[in-house]
Amino acid sequence: MIKSLEELKKIREQYKDTLQNREAEEKNIKILVGMATCGIAAGARNTINAIIEEVRKENIDNAVVVQTGCMGFCYAEPTVEVRMPNSEPILYGKVDSERAREIVKRHVKNGEVIREWVLRG
Amino acid sequence: MPVRMELLVCGGTGCQASNSNRVLEVLREEIKNSNLENEVSVLMTGCFGFCEKGPIVKVMPDNVFYVEVDEDSARKIVAEHVVKGRVYQEKLYVEPDTNEKLPEQSKIPFYKKQIRIALRNCGKIDPENINEYIAADGYMALGKVLTEMTPEGVIDIVKRSGLRGRGGGGFPTGVKWEATRKSKSDIKYVICNADEGDPGAFMDRSILEGDPHSVLEGMAIAAYAIGAQFGYIYVRAEYPLAIHRLRIAISQARELGLLGKNIFGTDFCFDVEIKIGAGAFICGEETALINSIEGGRGEPTVKPPYPAQVGLWKKPTNINNVETFANVAPIILNGAEWFASIGTEKSKGTKVFALAGKVNNVGLVEVPMGITLREIIYELGGGIKGGKKFKAVQTGGPSGGCIPAEYLDTPIDYDNLTALGSMMGSGGMIVMDEDDCMVNIAKFYLEFSCDESCGRCTACRVGNKRLLEILNKITEGKGEMEDLEMLKELAETVKDSSLCGLGQTSPNPVLSTMKFFYDEYLAHVRDKECPAGVCKELLKYYIIPEKCVGCTACAKVCPVNVIHGEPKKVHVIDRDGCIKCGQCYKTCRFGAITRK
Repeated sequence: MIKSLEELKKIREQYKDTLQNREAEEKNIKILVGMATCGIAAGARNTINAIIEEVRKENIDNAVVVQTGCMGFCYAEPTVEVRMPNSEPILYGKVDSERAREIVKRHVKNGEVIREWVLRG
Repeated sequence: MPVRMELLVCGGTGCQASNSNRVLEVLREEIKNSNLENEVSVLMTGCFGFCEKGPIVKVMPDNVFYVEVDEDSARKIVAEHVVKGRVYQEKLYVEPDTNEKLPEQSKIPFYKKQIRIALRNCGKIDPENINEYIAADGYMALGKVLTEMTPEGVIDIVKRSGLRGRGGGGFPTGVKWEATRKSKSDIKYVICNADEGDPGAFMDRSILEGDPHSVLEGMAIAAYAIGAQFGYIYVRAEYPLAIHRLRIAISQARELGLLGKNIFGTDFCFDVEIKIGAGAFICGEETALINSIEGGRGEPTVKPPYPAQVGLWKKPTNINNVETFANVAPIILNGAEWFASIGTEKSKGTKVFALAGKVNNVGLVEVPMGITLREIIYELGGGIKGGKKFKAVQTGGPSGGCIPAEYLDTPIDYDNLTALGSMMGSGGMIVMDEDDCMVNIAKFYLEFSCDESCGRCTACRVGNKRLLEILNKITEGKGEMEDLEMLKELAETVKDSSLCGLGQTSPNPVLSTMKFFYDEYLAHVRDKECPAGVCKELLKYYIIPEKCVGCTACAKVCPVNVIHGEPKKVHVIDRDGCIKCGQCYKTCRFGAITRK
């Protein structure tokens, strides 16, 4: 039973994440994970799930995480591209779930490009 | 593990009719087979509005909009898009002018000019899950109203927003609320009018199916503003899905204490009950609706007294339409100024229209007031089917009128449509092309009004009947010039002397077609011709001798054997026996048969 506006807001917070995917059009940061056969074989599913978990954990609500097809860097899969507003896209290679979490924390949250993992950009 | 991808399947009546339930099952099965059920979810939402291209499946956050999805393409969408991250090109919307594939919903012309307020959650949330409504700021407006505002403050915001009734008349909502507030009584009622009955209109149904909580929240806010404790939703039995979802919504809201006693810990108590109507059009009229809820015949009574003074069970009652209620919460949250910044001087906000008839994109659109008919028909609607010529657009259902091509650039609002002899009505919009006979259209709507007249007042019961007889005479080729004068005079009499809104507006289709398409009436009466070739009794089929090659196809297909001629020689139709079935016309491959 909701007995105050505060309690309603708590429920709203609790379920806020359920609409995150569906509000993608209003978000300005895009994180793409290469999920073609080679990407999946190299563990891209763990990568994308780690990114999503980290994005939610860090309360970044203006970022959308999507999967994409092959980007042609099969030797460096899984690949992750980060598109921040007003800057060139950055493509990272060999992103396992650990690297993925670092990228979310350092690049997406704090704007720091992690040079040593960059493939292009 | 958080869900990283969602497939939203349209669960409106339209898409369900084209098998979206099965599409949803297939998507779920395939996702399970790919071991992705923890990462990817499939859910059913309310209506996306693009019924022409249903069933719709939208993939988020990728923001890809698939149209006309069947079982087979549902499997491919999972195999290609969900598993491999490749957009499945075959089921994207194709822009007919450029042949370009448009994956993004917001880029599709049908959606470009839409502003969604009443339909804000339709196609976005699961209508059977109150938590999703709450996540989308649901019930925040009710909470704000109950804990921070006075009833007068609520009425003030609604008045300043300029919101007008979306069910037909366009009466200012805030003024209606104020009148009900001022009536002194311990018991008052709020009624939601969901007796949507215009042919082709389904705005209210889509809101109830796609976002039922928005209506409950609007009703609760209205109840607080006027001092009511109880509400009814009067919905027709033809809307089983809407009723089903409303029932779920009401029980979920009761469970969370958003309906019931001491809502948000305040003194305010409010609950609602669904009343299922038997589907009489007249019950959309508010006094008839009240009679129907009370168990009486659905007949209107004389106003005044208005329901705001003497309504349900003789208590002050506020009645608003579904779409009106759906607009209330956003106004409270975003402010009167925000709402008033959309629309025209006297018509604020948006209006949902059900676009139907001879237009490429049939469906539901929510557009700002002040948009032109041309924009709706040619941009959102994608123009006339088969490249034919536009003739008229009918707005306002049986109470409205037909607007011809020269007024296509009129900005749509309550007052402009009324000035053109039509009306906003609940938002039906039926497009007609060169093949539609305007006399016949007037007859169609009048037949509807005759069927739906409750028979209480003579003007409507007898007057409409006589009007219909004259129209029948005209379409059968028996009309005389005096009939046209009689038609106009009688139409005006019915309009002036009927008891309720039904009879006061039922002659509008006749009057507006007589005003704008008088030449078609003249052709029927004077020349005994139907220019559009619709009125069967007036049609005459001819064989053009120069074009006839004597293939005998028409003679073979004629069911009454009145086409004569030898093979390879010109044929003739014996018109005395002709039943005007049109079979020969359809069969001839040489364009040698014509009709006038």
